[in-house]
Amino acid sequence: MTHTLPDSLALYQALSRIRFFEETVLENFPRGVFFGTTHTYLGQEANAVGVLSHCLPQDIVFSNHRCHGHFLAYGGSPYALFAELMGKSSGVCGGRGGSQHLQWRNFYSNGIQGGIAPIATGMALAEKLQGHPAVVFVFLGDGTLGEGVLYETLNLASLWNAPVFFILENNRIAQTTPVELAVAGSMAARFNAFGIPTYELDSSDVEEIQTITGNLAGEVRRTQSSRALILHTYRFGPHSKGDDTRLAETISAMRTRRDPLLIHAARLEPLQAAQISSAASAEIAAGFQKALADPLPDLPQEQGLPS
Amino acid sequence: MTTVLESLNLALHTAMQRHTGVYLLGEDLLDPYGGAFKVARGLSTAFPERVLTSPISEAALVGMGSGMALRGLRPVVEIMFGDFLTLTADQLINHAAKFRWMYNDQVRVPLVVRTPMGGRRGYGPTHSQSLEKHLLGTAGLRVLAPCDLGDPGELLLNAILEDDDPVLFIENKLLYLCHIPETAELADFEIQETYPAPAITPALDAKSYAPAYTLNIRGAPPAQLSIAAYGYMGHLARQAMQHLAYENEIFVELVIPTQLAPFAIEPILSSAQLTGRLLVIEEGTGALGWGAEIVAQIASAMGAHLLASQRLAALDTPIPASGPLEAKTLPDTAAIIQAVKRMV
Repeated sequence: MTHTLPDSLALYQALSRIRFFEETVLENFPRGVFFGTTHTYLGQEANAVGVLSHCLPQDIVFSNHRCHGHFLAYGGSPYALFAELMGKSSGVCGGRGGSQHLQWRNFYSNGIQGGIAPIATGMALAEKLQGHPAVVFVFLGDGTLGEGVLYETLNLASLWNAPVFFILENNRIAQTTPVELAVAGSMAARFNAFGIPTYELDSSDVEEIQTITGNLAGEVRRTQSSRALILHTYRFGPHSKGDDTRLAETISAMRTRRDPLLIHAARLEPLQAAQISSAASAEIAAGFQKALADPLPDLPQEQGLPS
Repeated sequence: MTTVLESLNLALHTAMQRHTGVYLLGEDLLDPYGGAFKVARGLSTAFPERVLTSPISEAALVGMGSGMALRGLRPVVEIMFGDFLTLTADQLINHAAKFRWMYNDQVRVPLVVRTPMGGRRGYGPTHSQSLEKHLLGTAGLRVLAPCDLGDPGELLLNAILEDDDPVLFIENKLLYLCHIPETAELADFEIQETYPAPAITPALDAKSYAPAYTLNIRGAPPAQLSIAAYGYMGHLARQAMQHLAYENEIFVELVIPTQLAPFAIEPILSSAQLTGRLLVIEEGTGALGWGAEIVAQIASAMGAHLLASQRLAALDTPIPASGPLEAKTLPDTAAIIQAVKRMV
């Protein structure tokens, strides 16, 4: 099967959609239009876009609490995701799941740290056993490294040759806990110890991420066994809505050096970049408005419970 | 004569024969060992590709089972001792039981997690418990417990092949050894088999395939008291029931459900409405447990018509390894007889 990779313009469009989506979420949370909480992907956009540019239709993605960027890069609708955050019937999961619990086509997410790793591995094994040539992309974070079930899973994934691709986005902070206070030793050694070939990249350049992922996803597909990629990255926004404990200067410094949109825009004609940006912005705004107008569901009616 | 263990083992063979999507995952499953309690015996020989013996990783095993179930297979995960279910709680509660509902009914998770529970074998505090009460009442998780009536293997077979939702299947260790009585051996009893549907089944298909058995002594006068019990306690309650009838002329009606969650109160309620007295028995600890829920539901439904209700359960302590101490901790036939005598 031939798979056409997105070109430079399409990559910029994908990055922009995630950026505008997440900014819209943070801007509008104080208005009370969303339920619960959210975990935005600002600053990490290049990871989802670069990695999932290699996701074929039969492939599976399992994401975590910080899943909006993965969902949009997978091809999910911003309108349906806004509607989900707003608890609307038209949401990705009818408003039942909310920000962290999405399922659409071969995309899944769950907000429990670590627990998704064995699920993704079981999926990979199931596809392999049924003769389906699928790769499962599972997104972990530095915080996930604290969960024991991850290590059970790495052992099993390696023992049973599951075609699962572990992508660890190290944004260097788990909620408010910096990686120095949470992760001992080496991240890569944790995967290597189980015989899973592991690569690291410290970049916010979507094309660099796309290139390394292409090689590794290809290896998973070809060898029908696991690989891991550690992407050192930065999150520009708070863990959820407004709980950032980092110094403002620290964040602005990383925004200057590591903004994936600025890095990639430098490759485009300024006019082209501006056009893509304004089209993406308009698409996100339209999705938001449309979701806002949708009705809220009725739980008793949905579940067959007495009203 | 077939034992419960043989019936369950046969069901696993049948399930794997009938459906190539059935996989068995668990620890120490390979022949000649065939699992710690031998329920998996012969399977790795008959279906070597589909029996996956694993490292000691209960949480990941259940997680992998869920993942396989989400993607077209019908996995069965064996957890060696029910006590180890604690290690799988996150996978059962926050993953397997949630997916169908939180993904807006867009997916199904046809996963069966089987595990032996129960004491009376001297295994001590961490290998003798009946922990199922901790997992009852989780929306999206069906909990079944076979007894030695009917066909326990068929219950398992239905859970594996017909149920598209996650099932926790509780097998009592001593029940394994019980033989399933032939019709002639049950001549003392009138047995009614029903398939009660729970009133509310959030995130699960409502149709029930799990029977409940209502037993009376054949030709006896109307029962004076109702007993509700499941699993191996159903077996002991049946012995107590015979003893009470023949030695004491006390007649009770015994209801043995095989589905613990979501729970259908109907057969127990019907019985209690006839007798006005209810004794609920469980092998797990009594505090805040299954029996408490049953009594609460019956009290709500019957009000002042419920003349007496009692719970009989394990002491609210850990289970000692020492034989005589363990025997005093867990309810036995004598304790059931004594409890009934106090109530009528």
